[in-house]
Amino acid sequence: MSEVVVIKNGVDVVDDLINVIVSNRDYLSEIDGAIGDGDHGINMAKGFNICKKRIDGKQLTLSEALAELSDSLMEGIGGSMGPLYGCIFTGWSDSVQGKTELTKEDVQAMLANGMSELQDISPAQKGDKCLVDTLFPATDSFAQAVKDGKTFKEALNIMKDAAAKGRDSTKDLVAKIGRASRLGERSRGVLDAGATSCCLLVTQLADSIEARMN
Amino acid sequence: MKLNRIINDPDLVVEDAIEGYVAAHPELFAKTDHERVLKYPAIPQKGKVGIVTGGGSGHEPAFLGYVGKNMVDAVAIGEIFSSPTAGAFLDAMKASDGGAGVACLYGNYAGDNMNVKMAVKKAAAAGITVKTVVANDDVASAPITEREKRRGVAGEILMWKVGGAAAAAGYDLDGVIGAAQKAIDNCRSIGVGLSSCIIPAVGHPNFNIDNGMMEVGIGHHGEPGINVVPLQPANEMAYTMLEPILKEGIFEAGSEVVVLVSGLGATPTMELYIYYAEVDRILKEKGVKVHRSYVGNYFTSLEMMGVTLTMMKLDDELKKLVDAPVHSLGMVQG
Repeated sequence: MSEVVVIKNGVDVVDDLINVIVSNRDYLSEIDGAIGDGDHGINMAKGFNICKKRIDGKQLTLSEALAELSDSLMEGIGGSMGPLYGCIFTGWSDSVQGKTELTKEDVQAMLANGMSELQDISPAQKGDKCLVDTLFPATDSFAQAVKDGKTFKEALNIMKDAAAKGRDSTKDLVAKIGRASRLGERSRGVLDAGATSCCLLVTQLADSIEARMN
Repeated sequence: MKLNRIINDPDLVVEDAIEGYVAAHPELFAKTDHERVLKYPAIPQKGKVGIVTGGGSGHEPAFLGYVGKNMVDAVAIGEIFSSPTAGAFLDAMKASDGGAGVACLYGNYAGDNMNVKMAVKKAAAAGITVKTVVANDDVASAPITEREKRRGVAGEILMWKVGGAAAAAGYDLDGVIGAAQKAIDNCRSIGVGLSSCIIPAVGHPNFNIDNGMMEVGIGHHGEPGINVVPLQPANEMAYTMLEPILKEGIFEAGSEVVVLVSGLGATPTMELYIYYAEVDRILKEKGVKVHRSYVGNYFTSLEMMGVTLTMMKLDDELKKLVDAPVHSLGMVQG
Protein backbone atom coordinates (compact mmCIF):
# COMPACT_ATOMS: atom_id res chain seq x y z
CA MET A 1 0.00 0.00 0.00
CA SER A 2 1.28 3.41 -0.97
CA GLU A 3 1.93 5.93 1.77
CA VAL A 4 1.17 8.75 -0.63
CA VAL A 5 -2.40 9.57 -1.55
CA VAL A 6 -3.08 11.34 -4.83
CA ILE A 7 -5.89 13.89 -4.76
CA LYS A 8 -6.68 14.43 -8.44
CA ASN A 9 -9.54 16.82 -7.83
CA GLY A 10 -10.01 18.48 -4.44
CA VAL A 11 -13.66 19.02 -5.31
CA ASP A 12 -14.30 15.28 -4.90
CA VAL A 13 -13.04 15.27 -1.30
CA VAL A 14 -14.99 18.40 -0.36
CA ASP A 15 -18.05 16.94 -2.10
CA ASP A 16 -17.82 14.00 0.30
CA LEU A 17 -17.77 16.42 3.25
CA ILE A 18 -20.77 18.29 1.84
CA ASN A 19 -22.72 15.07 1.35
CA VAL A 20 -22.15 13.81 4.87
CA ILE A 21 -23.44 17.08 6.36
CA VAL A 22 -26.39 17.47 4.01
CA SER A 23 -27.51 13.88 4.46
CA ASN A 24 -27.36 14.27 8.25
CA ARG A 25 -29.18 17.60 8.26
CA ASP A 26 -32.25 16.43 10.17
CA TYR A 27 -30.26 14.24 12.56
CA LEU A 28 -28.01 17.17 13.55
CA SER A 29 -30.99 19.48 14.09
CA GLU A 30 -32.70 16.85 16.17
CA ILE A 31 -29.70 16.52 18.51
CA ASP A 32 -29.40 20.30 18.69
CA GLY A 33 -33.10 20.59 19.54
CA ALA A 34 -32.58 18.79 22.84
CA ILE A 35 -30.37 21.51 24.34
CA GLY A 36 -29.84 24.18 21.69
CA ASP A 37 -31.82 26.10 19.08
CA GLY A 38 -32.53 23.04 16.96
CA ASP A 39 -31.03 24.67 13.91
CA HIS A 40 -27.51 23.18 13.73
CA GLY A 41 -28.31 20.83 10.85
CA ILE A 42 -30.26 23.49 8.97
CA ASN A 43 -27.46 26.06 9.29
CA MET A 44 -24.68 23.62 8.44
CA ALA A 45 -26.53 22.20 5.44
CA LYS A 46 -27.24 25.75 4.26
CA GLY A 47 -23.54 26.68 4.34
CA PHE A 48 -22.31 23.41 2.82
CA ASN A 49 -24.92 23.64 0.03
CA ILE A 50 -23.65 27.13 -0.83
CA CYS A 51 -20.23 25.55 -1.31
CA LYS A 52 -21.73 22.79 -3.48
CA LYS A 53 -23.03 25.43 -5.88
CA ARG A 54 -19.66 27.21 -5.96
CA ILE A 55 -17.49 24.16 -6.68
CA ASP A 56 -19.83 21.95 -8.71
CA GLY A 57 -18.14 20.68 -11.87
CA LYS A 58 -14.86 22.49 -11.18
CA GLN A 59 -11.30 21.20 -11.12
CA LEU A 60 -9.59 22.49 -7.97
CA THR A 61 -6.71 21.50 -5.73
CA LEU A 62 -7.68 20.25 -2.28
CA SER A 63 -6.47 23.56 -0.88
CA GLU A 64 -8.64 25.56 -3.28
CA ALA A 65 -11.70 23.43 -2.64
CA LEU A 66 -11.30 23.70 1.14
CA ALA A 67 -10.89 27.47 0.80
CA GLU A 68 -14.22 27.58 -1.08
CA LEU A 69 -15.80 25.61 1.74
CA SER A 70 -14.37 27.98 4.33
CA ASP A 71 -15.58 31.07 2.44
CA SER A 72 -19.04 29.55 1.97
CA LEU A 73 -19.42 28.92 5.69
CA MET A 74 -18.05 32.28 6.77
CA GLU A 75 -20.26 34.11 4.29
CA GLY A 76 -23.30 31.87 4.40
CA ILE A 77 -23.79 31.24 8.08
CA GLY A 78 -23.06 33.70 10.81
CA GLY A 79 -23.37 32.94 14.51
CA SER A 80 -20.55 30.82 15.90
CA MET A 81 -20.54 27.83 13.59
CA GLY A 82 -19.66 29.87 10.48
CA PRO A 83 -16.43 31.26 11.89
CA LEU A 84 -15.52 28.10 13.84
CA TYR A 85 -15.72 25.72 10.90
CA GLY A 86 -14.58 28.47 8.54
CA CYS A 87 -11.34 28.78 10.50
CA ILE A 88 -10.78 25.04 10.72
CA PHE A 89 -11.10 24.68 6.94
CA THR A 90 -8.95 27.77 6.34
CA GLY A 91 -6.28 26.12 8.46
CA TRP A 92 -6.57 22.86 6.53
CA SER A 93 -6.56 24.70 3.20
CA ASP A 94 -3.49 26.86 3.96
CA SER A 95 -1.52 23.84 5.06
CA VAL A 96 -1.92 21.87 1.82
CA GLN A 97 -1.49 24.72 -0.65
CA GLY A 98 -0.45 23.50 -4.09
CA LYS A 99 -0.39 19.85 -3.05
CA THR A 100 -1.92 17.11 -5.21
CA GLU A 101 -0.37 14.33 -3.12
CA LEU A 102 -0.68 13.84 0.61
CA THR A 103 1.58 11.94 2.99
CA LYS A 104 0.54 11.18 6.54
CA GLU A 105 2.84 14.00 7.64
CA ASP A 106 0.90 16.36 5.35
CA VAL A 107 -2.38 15.29 6.93
CA GLN A 108 -0.87 15.68 10.39
CA ALA A 109 0.23 19.24 9.55
CA MET A 110 -3.15 20.00 7.97
CA LEU A 111 -5.10 18.90 11.03
CA ALA A 112 -2.76 20.76 13.37
CA ASN A 113 -3.10 23.95 11.37
CA GLY A 114 -6.91 23.73 11.48
CA MET A 115 -6.78 23.39 15.24
CA SER A 116 -4.37 26.30 15.52
CA GLU A 117 -6.56 28.60 13.34
CA LEU A 118 -9.54 27.70 15.50
CA GLN A 119 -7.68 28.49 18.70
CA ASP A 120 -6.79 31.84 17.20
CA ILE A 121 -10.42 32.97 17.38
CA SER A 122 -12.02 30.80 20.06
CA PRO A 123 -11.12 30.19 23.69
CA ALA A 124 -13.08 26.89 23.66
CA GLN A 125 -11.39 24.11 25.64
CA LYS A 126 -11.78 20.36 25.71
CA GLY A 127 -14.57 19.60 28.18
CA ASP A 128 -16.70 22.64 27.23
CA LYS A 129 -19.15 20.37 25.36
CA CYS A 130 -18.57 21.67 21.87
CA LEU A 131 -16.88 20.67 18.62
CA VAL A 132 -13.36 20.85 20.05
CA ASP A 133 -14.20 17.81 22.17
CA THR A 134 -14.04 15.92 18.87
CA LEU A 135 -11.50 17.96 16.94
CA PHE A 136 -8.70 18.17 19.50
CA PRO A 137 -8.47 14.44 20.35
CA ALA A 138 -8.80 13.52 16.66
CA THR A 139 -5.97 15.87 15.73
CA ASP A 140 -3.76 14.83 18.65
CA SER A 141 -4.31 11.12 18.12
CA PHE A 142 -3.32 11.33 14.47
CA ALA A 143 -0.10 13.14 15.40
CA GLN A 144 0.64 10.56 18.09
CA ALA A 145 -0.01 7.70 15.64
CA VAL A 146 2.42 9.20 13.12
CA LYS A 147 4.98 9.65 15.90
CA ASP A 148 4.48 6.02 16.95
CA GLY A 149 5.32 4.91 13.41
CA LYS A 150 1.84 3.70 12.48
CA THR A 151 0.97 3.39 8.81
CA PHE A 152 -1.10 6.07 7.10
CA LYS A 153 -4.17 3.86 7.16
CA GLU A 154 -3.67 2.89 10.82
CA ALA A 155 -3.29 6.53 11.77
CA LEU A 156 -6.54 7.40 9.99
CA ASN A 157 -8.37 4.66 11.85
CA ILE A 158 -6.92 5.75 15.18
CA MET A 159 -8.13 9.26 14.40
CA LYS A 160 -11.62 8.02 13.57
CA ASP A 161 -11.80 6.16 16.89
CA ALA A 162 -10.63 9.23 18.80
CA ALA A 163 -13.20 11.41 17.04
CA ALA A 164 -16.03 9.03 17.94
CA LYS A 165 -14.84 8.81 21.54
CA GLY A 166 -14.60 12.60 21.69
CA ARG A 167 -18.12 12.97 20.34
CA ASP A 168 -19.45 10.42 22.83
CA SER A 169 -17.62 12.14 25.70
CA THR A 170 -19.87 15.17 25.25
CA LYS A 171 -22.86 13.15 26.38
CA ASP A 172 -21.76 13.25 30.00
CA LEU A 173 -20.55 16.82 29.93
CA VAL A 174 -22.32 19.92 31.17
CA ALA A 175 -22.21 22.66 28.52
CA LYS A 176 -19.86 25.51 29.42
CA ILE A 177 -20.09 27.37 26.14
CA GLY A 178 -22.80 28.34 23.64
CA ARG A 179 -26.55 28.49 24.02
CA ALA A 180 -26.75 25.13 25.85
CA SER A 181 -24.73 26.54 28.77
CA ARG A 182 -27.98 28.09 29.98
CA LEU A 183 -29.26 24.66 30.87
CA GLY A 184 -26.41 23.80 33.24
CA GLU A 185 -26.92 20.31 34.62
CA ARG A 186 -29.86 19.75 32.29
CA SER A 187 -27.49 19.76 29.30
CA ARG A 188 -25.99 16.50 30.59
CA GLY A 189 -27.08 13.27 28.92
CA VAL A 190 -27.30 14.63 25.38
CA LEU A 191 -24.65 14.62 22.64
CA ASP A 192 -23.38 18.01 21.55
CA ALA A 193 -24.47 18.84 18.01
CA GLY A 194 -21.19 20.56 17.07
CA ALA A 195 -19.11 17.67 18.36
CA THR A 196 -21.33 15.33 16.34
CA SER A 197 -21.01 17.26 13.07
CA CYS A 198 -17.26 17.50 13.66
CA CYS A 199 -17.07 13.73 14.09
CA LEU A 200 -18.97 13.23 10.83
CA LEU A 201 -16.54 15.54 9.02
CA VAL A 202 -13.32 14.13 10.47
CA THR A 203 -14.50 10.56 9.84
CA GLN A 204 -15.50 11.40 6.28
CA LEU A 205 -12.14 13.06 5.66
CA ALA A 206 -10.40 9.89 6.83
CA ASP A 207 -12.64 7.70 4.65
CA SER A 208 -12.15 9.90 1.60
CA ILE A 209 -8.37 9.75 1.99
CA GLU A 210 -8.41 6.00 2.57
CA ALA A 211 -10.58 5.45 -0.51
CA ARG A 212 -7.78 7.01 -2.58
CA MET A 213 -5.09 4.66 -1.29
CA ASN A 214 -4.13 1.87 -3.67
CA MET B 1 -49.97 25.56 18.26
CA LYS B 2 -50.27 28.27 15.61
CA LEU B 3 -47.94 31.18 16.31
CA ASN B 4 -49.90 34.45 16.46
CA ARG B 5 -47.41 36.66 14.69
CA ILE B 6 -47.41 39.31 11.97
CA ILE B 7 -45.04 37.64 9.52
CA ASN B 8 -44.89 36.16 6.03
CA ASP B 9 -42.35 33.37 6.27
CA PRO B 10 -40.73 32.45 9.62
CA ASP B 11 -37.42 31.84 7.80
CA LEU B 12 -37.40 35.29 6.22
CA VAL B 13 -38.35 37.58 9.11
CA VAL B 14 -35.02 39.42 9.08
CA GLU B 15 -35.10 40.08 5.32
CA ASP B 16 -38.72 41.21 5.47
CA ALA B 17 -38.13 43.51 8.44
CA ILE B 18 -35.15 45.17 6.72
CA GLU B 19 -37.44 46.04 3.78
CA GLY B 20 -39.83 47.75 6.18
CA TYR B 21 -37.15 49.76 7.96
CA VAL B 22 -35.73 51.05 4.68
CA ALA B 23 -39.16 51.82 3.22
CA ALA B 24 -40.34 53.67 6.33
CA HIS B 25 -37.19 55.67 7.03
CA PRO B 26 -35.23 56.41 3.85
CA GLU B 27 -33.70 59.45 5.57
CA LEU B 28 -32.00 57.11 8.08
CA PHE B 29 -31.32 53.90 6.15
CA ALA B 30 -29.62 53.25 2.84
CA LYS B 31 -29.06 49.77 1.47
CA THR B 32 -25.57 48.62 0.52
CA ASP B 33 -24.26 45.91 -1.80
CA HIS B 34 -24.53 43.52 1.15
CA GLU B 35 -28.15 42.65 1.89
CA ARG B 36 -27.39 42.38 5.63
CA VAL B 37 -25.68 45.78 5.90
CA LEU B 38 -27.50 49.11 6.20
CA LYS B 39 -25.84 52.52 6.40
CA TYR B 40 -26.71 56.11 7.14
CA PRO B 41 -27.20 57.71 3.69
CA ALA B 42 -24.71 60.56 4.29
CA ILE B 43 -21.73 58.30 4.96
CA PRO B 44 -18.90 57.73 4.37
CA GLN B 45 -17.92 61.21 5.45
CA LYS B 46 -14.38 62.17 4.50
CA GLY B 47 -12.11 62.55 7.50
CA LYS B 48 -14.66 61.33 10.06
CA VAL B 49 -14.06 58.14 12.00
CA GLY B 50 -16.64 55.55 10.94
CA ILE B 51 -18.81 53.96 13.63
CA VAL B 52 -19.85 50.34 13.03
CA THR B 53 -21.82 47.90 15.09
CA GLY B 54 -23.72 44.71 14.51
CA GLY B 55 -25.44 41.85 16.22
CA GLY B 56 -28.25 39.37 16.03
CA SER B 57 -31.76 40.48 15.18
CA GLY B 58 -34.67 40.40 17.62
CA HIS B 59 -33.34 43.23 19.80
CA GLU B 60 -35.00 46.07 17.87
CA PRO B 61 -34.59 48.96 17.83
CA ALA B 62 -31.03 47.66 18.49
CA PHE B 63 -28.88 47.34 16.52
CA LEU B 64 -30.01 48.96 13.26
CA GLY B 65 -32.16 51.56 15.03
CA TYR B 66 -29.07 53.37 16.24
CA VAL B 67 -27.86 54.09 12.72
CA GLY B 68 -28.24 57.80 12.18
CA LYS B 69 -26.75 61.26 12.47
CA ASN B 70 -24.03 61.43 15.16
CA MET B 71 -24.42 57.79 16.16
CA VAL B 72 -23.81 54.54 14.23
CA ASP B 73 -22.80 54.85 10.55
CA ALA B 74 -23.28 51.27 9.38
CA VAL B 75 -24.69 48.11 10.89
CA ALA B 76 -24.22 44.39 10.26
CA ILE B 77 -27.47 42.47 10.74
CA GLY B 78 -27.57 38.83 11.86
CA GLU B 79 -30.27 36.20 12.05
CA ILE B 80 -32.42 36.32 15.18
CA PHE B 81 -30.13 36.04 18.23
CA SER B 82 -27.23 35.03 15.99
CA SER B 83 -24.10 36.98 15.04
CA PRO B 84 -23.83 38.57 11.59
CA THR B 85 -21.25 37.00 9.29
CA ALA B 86 -17.68 38.26 9.16
CA GLY B 87 -18.48 39.40 5.62
CA ALA B 88 -21.33 41.59 6.86
CA PHE B 89 -19.11 43.20 9.51
CA LEU B 90 -16.41 43.72 6.87
CA ASP B 91 -18.79 45.39 4.41
CA ALA B 92 -20.17 47.63 7.19
CA MET B 93 -16.58 48.67 7.94
CA LYS B 94 -15.93 49.40 4.27
CA ALA B 95 -19.20 51.37 3.96
CA SER B 96 -18.36 53.63 6.89
CA ASP B 97 -14.68 54.28 6.20
CA GLY B 98 -14.03 57.91 5.36
CA GLY B 99 -10.27 57.53 5.50
CA ALA B 100 -9.93 58.21 9.23
CA GLY B 101 -10.41 54.60 10.33
CA VAL B 102 -13.35 52.75 11.78
CA ALA B 103 -14.44 52.10 15.35
CA CYS B 104 -16.35 48.83 15.65
CA LEU B 105 -18.33 49.00 18.91
CA TYR B 106 -20.12 45.74 19.72
CA GLY B 107 -21.19 43.37 22.48
CA ASN B 108 -19.27 40.55 24.14
CA TYR B 109 -20.70 37.36 22.61
CA ALA B 110 -18.72 34.40 21.23
CA GLY B 111 -20.06 34.64 17.66
CA ASP B 112 -19.68 38.42 17.43
CA ASN B 113 -16.15 38.26 18.82
CA MET B 114 -15.10 35.70 16.20
CA ASN B 115 -16.79 37.38 13.25
CA VAL B 116 -15.53 40.85 14.15
CA LYS B 117 -12.01 39.51 14.65
CA MET B 118 -12.01 38.01 11.16
CA ALA B 119 -13.56 41.13 9.64
CA VAL B 120 -10.90 43.35 11.25
CA LYS B 121 -8.18 41.14 9.73
CA LYS B 122 -9.74 41.35 6.28
CA ALA B 123 -10.30 45.11 6.62
CA ALA B 124 -6.62 45.55 7.45
CA ALA B 125 -5.74 43.62 4.29
CA ALA B 126 -7.98 46.06 2.39
CA GLY B 127 -6.14 49.04 3.90
CA ILE B 128 -8.79 50.04 6.46
CA THR B 129 -7.76 50.54 10.09
CA VAL B 130 -10.39 49.19 12.45
CA LYS B 131 -10.22 49.34 16.23
CA THR B 132 -12.78 47.79 18.53
CA VAL B 133 -14.49 48.27 21.87
CA VAL B 134 -16.34 45.27 23.31
CA ALA B 135 -19.23 46.11 25.62
CA ASN B 136 -19.35 44.12 28.87
CA ASP B 137 -21.78 46.01 31.09
CA ASP B 138 -23.95 43.10 32.35
CA VAL B 139 -23.04 42.68 36.04
CA ALA B 140 -25.03 39.44 36.33
CA SER B 141 -23.04 37.54 33.70
CA ALA B 142 -19.75 37.19 35.62
CA PRO B 143 -18.05 38.62 38.72
CA ILE B 144 -16.09 41.87 38.33
CA THR B 145 -12.85 39.88 38.63
CA GLU B 146 -13.81 38.22 35.32
CA ARG B 147 -15.10 41.32 33.60
CA GLU B 148 -13.81 40.06 30.24
CA LYS B 149 -16.49 37.36 30.44
CA ARG B 150 -19.36 39.77 31.01
CA ARG B 151 -21.89 40.17 28.23
CA GLY B 152 -22.78 43.44 26.57
CA VAL B 153 -26.37 44.60 26.99
CA ALA B 154 -28.14 47.97 26.90
CA GLY B 155 -24.95 49.80 27.91
CA GLU B 156 -24.01 49.33 24.25
CA ILE B 157 -26.47 52.11 23.40
CA LEU B 158 -24.60 54.59 25.59
CA MET B 159 -21.30 53.36 24.12
CA TRP B 160 -22.64 54.09 20.59
CA LYS B 161 -24.01 57.45 21.74
CA VAL B 162 -20.65 58.52 23.18
CA GLY B 163 -18.58 57.02 20.34
CA GLY B 164 -20.84 58.52 17.68
CA ALA B 165 -20.76 61.96 19.30
CA ALA B 166 -16.96 61.79 19.62
CA ALA B 167 -16.57 60.91 15.93
CA ALA B 168 -18.96 63.74 14.97
CA ALA B 169 -16.94 66.15 17.13
CA GLY B 170 -13.84 65.35 15.10
CA TYR B 171 -12.02 62.99 17.49
CA ASP B 172 -9.44 60.79 15.75
CA LEU B 173 -9.74 57.00 15.85
CA ASP B 174 -7.83 56.56 19.11
CA GLY B 175 -9.88 59.35 20.65
CA VAL B 176 -13.18 57.76 19.60
CA ILE B 177 -12.06 54.37 20.89
CA GLY B 178 -10.91 55.93 24.17
CA ALA B 179 -14.23 57.72 24.68
CA ALA B 180 -16.32 54.63 23.83
CA GLN B 181 -14.17 52.49 26.11
CA LYS B 182 -14.56 55.01 28.92
CA ALA B 183 -18.33 55.01 28.37
CA ILE B 184 -18.64 51.24 28.69
CA ASP B 185 -16.13 51.07 31.56
CA ASN B 186 -18.46 53.38 33.46
CA CYS B 187 -21.61 51.42 32.58
CA ARG B 188 -23.30 48.74 34.65
CA SER B 189 -26.48 46.90 33.66
CA ILE B 190 -28.77 44.16 34.88
CA GLY B 191 -31.98 42.62 33.53
CA VAL B 192 -35.00 40.89 34.99
CA GLY B 193 -37.08 38.46 32.91
CA LEU B 194 -40.73 37.67 33.61
CA SER B 195 -41.54 35.55 30.56
CA SER B 196 -39.82 33.80 27.65
CA CYS B 197 -39.77 34.55 23.92
CA ILE B 198 -40.28 32.60 20.69
CA ILE B 199 -38.05 32.75 17.62
CA PRO B 200 -40.56 32.42 14.74
CA ALA B 201 -38.49 29.83 12.84
CA VAL B 202 -38.18 27.72 15.99
CA GLY B 203 -41.84 28.01 16.97
CA HIS B 204 -41.63 27.19 20.67
CA PRO B 205 -40.40 29.21 23.67
CA ASN B 206 -36.61 29.45 23.98
CA PHE B 207 -36.75 28.76 27.72
CA ASN B 208 -39.25 28.84 30.52
CA ILE B 209 -40.06 31.17 33.42
CA ASP B 210 -42.90 29.93 35.58
CA ASN B 211 -45.89 32.15 36.13
CA GLY B 212 -45.45 34.24 39.27
CA MET B 213 -41.65 34.03 39.11
CA MET B 214 -38.96 36.34 37.78
CA GLU B 215 -35.37 35.65 36.78
CA VAL B 216 -32.90 38.19 38.11
CA GLY B 217 -29.89 38.78 35.86
CA ILE B 218 -31.29 37.11 32.76
CA GLY B 219 -29.41 37.78 29.50
CA HIS B 220 -30.75 39.19 26.27
CA HIS B 221 -31.15 35.73 24.77
CA GLY B 222 -32.37 34.05 27.95
CA GLU B 223 -28.88 33.33 29.28
CA PRO B 224 -29.17 32.19 32.91
CA GLY B 225 -29.38 34.83 35.59
CA ILE B 226 -28.29 34.99 39.21
CA ASN B 227 -31.46 33.44 40.61
CA VAL B 228 -35.17 32.87 40.08
CA VAL B 229 -37.38 34.42 42.75
CA PRO B 230 -41.10 35.06 43.26
CA LEU B 231 -42.30 38.08 41.31
CA GLN B 232 -41.76 41.35 43.17
CA PRO B 233 -43.66 44.64 42.97
CA ALA B 234 -41.86 47.40 41.04
CA ASN B 235 -40.42 49.07 44.14
CA GLU B 236 -38.79 45.87 45.38
CA MET B 237 -37.67 44.99 41.87
CA ALA B 238 -35.86 48.32 41.68
CA TYR B 239 -33.98 47.52 44.92
CA THR B 240 -33.21 43.98 43.75
CA MET B 241 -31.69 45.29 40.52
CA LEU B 242 -29.90 48.31 41.94
CA GLU B 243 -28.17 46.30 44.63
CA PRO B 244 -25.73 44.37 42.39
CA ILE B 245 -25.12 47.53 40.32
CA LEU B 246 -24.34 49.72 43.34
CA LYS B 247 -22.23 46.96 44.90
CA GLU B 248 -19.75 47.45 42.03
CA GLY B 249 -18.65 50.58 43.89
CA ILE B 250 -18.44 53.04 41.00
CA PHE B 251 -21.62 55.02 41.82
CA GLU B 252 -21.51 57.05 45.02
CA ALA B 253 -23.29 59.96 46.67
CA GLY B 254 -22.56 62.95 44.46
CA SER B 255 -22.01 60.89 41.27
CA GLU B 256 -23.74 62.19 38.17
CA VAL B 257 -25.23 59.39 36.10
CA VAL B 258 -27.24 58.50 33.03
CA VAL B 259 -30.04 56.00 33.72
CA LEU B 260 -31.40 53.89 30.87
CA VAL B 261 -34.44 51.70 31.52
CA SER B 262 -35.43 49.41 28.67
CA GLY B 263 -38.32 47.03 28.22
CA LEU B 264 -37.56 43.59 26.79
CA GLY B 265 -40.30 43.69 24.17
CA ALA B 266 -43.57 42.79 25.89
CA THR B 267 -43.43 45.22 28.80
CA PRO B 268 -46.02 48.03 28.61
CA THR B 269 -44.33 51.45 28.57
CA MET B 270 -46.50 52.46 31.51
CA GLU B 271 -44.86 49.80 33.64
CA LEU B 272 -41.40 50.96 32.62
CA TYR B 273 -42.29 54.36 34.08
CA ILE B 274 -43.71 52.79 37.25
CA TYR B 275 -40.35 51.05 37.58
CA TYR B 276 -38.35 54.18 36.73
CA ALA B 277 -40.08 56.18 39.47
CA GLU B 278 -38.79 53.67 42.02
CA VAL B 279 -35.25 53.71 40.64
CA ASP B 280 -35.24 57.52 40.65
CA ARG B 281 -36.49 57.64 44.24
CA ILE B 282 -33.85 55.22 45.52
CA LEU B 283 -31.04 57.05 43.70
CA LYS B 284 -32.20 60.37 45.20
CA GLU B 285 -32.11 58.77 48.67
CA LYS B 286 -28.54 57.72 48.02
CA GLY B 287 -27.51 61.12 46.73
CA VAL B 288 -26.79 59.89 43.20
CA LYS B 289 -27.69 62.63 40.70
CA VAL B 290 -29.52 61.58 37.54
CA HIS B 291 -28.21 63.89 34.81
CA ARG B 292 -30.25 62.32 32.02
CA SER B 293 -32.69 59.43 31.80
CA TYR B 294 -33.96 57.25 29.00
CA VAL B 295 -37.09 55.13 29.50
CA GLY B 296 -38.60 52.99 26.74
CA ASN B 297 -37.99 50.00 24.50
CA TYR B 298 -34.34 50.66 23.66
CA PHE B 299 -32.93 47.12 23.55
CA THR B 300 -35.43 44.27 23.47
CA SER B 301 -35.51 40.48 23.23
CA LEU B 302 -38.40 39.73 20.87
CA GLU B 303 -41.51 39.57 23.10
CA MET B 304 -39.84 38.82 26.42
CA MET B 305 -41.54 40.43 29.40
CA GLY B 306 -39.06 42.18 31.63
CA VAL B 307 -36.88 45.20 32.16
CA THR B 308 -33.20 46.14 32.06
CA LEU B 309 -31.50 48.85 34.08
CA THR B 310 -28.31 50.53 32.90
CA MET B 311 -26.36 53.24 34.71
CA MET B 312 -23.37 55.18 33.40
CA LYS B 313 -21.23 57.36 35.63
CA LEU B 314 -20.36 60.66 33.99
CA ASP B 315 -17.32 62.90 33.92
CA ASP B 316 -17.18 66.20 32.03
CA GLU B 317 -16.23 64.58 28.73
CA LEU B 318 -18.89 61.84 28.88
CA LYS B 319 -21.51 64.40 29.91
CA LYS B 320 -20.73 66.57 26.89
CA LEU B 321 -20.83 63.61 24.50
CA VAL B 322 -24.04 62.16 25.97
CA ASP B 323 -25.72 65.56 25.72
CA ALA B 324 -24.73 66.11 22.06
CA PRO B 325 -27.56 66.07 19.50
CA VAL B 326 -28.42 62.77 17.83
CA HIS B 327 -30.97 61.64 15.29
CA SER B 328 -31.64 57.93 14.93
CA LEU B 329 -34.71 55.75 15.09
CA GLY B 330 -33.95 54.59 18.62
CA MET B 331 -32.75 57.91 20.00
CA VAL B 332 -33.56 61.49 19.07
CA GLN B 333 -32.20 64.42 21.02
CA GLY B 334 -31.28 68.10 20.49
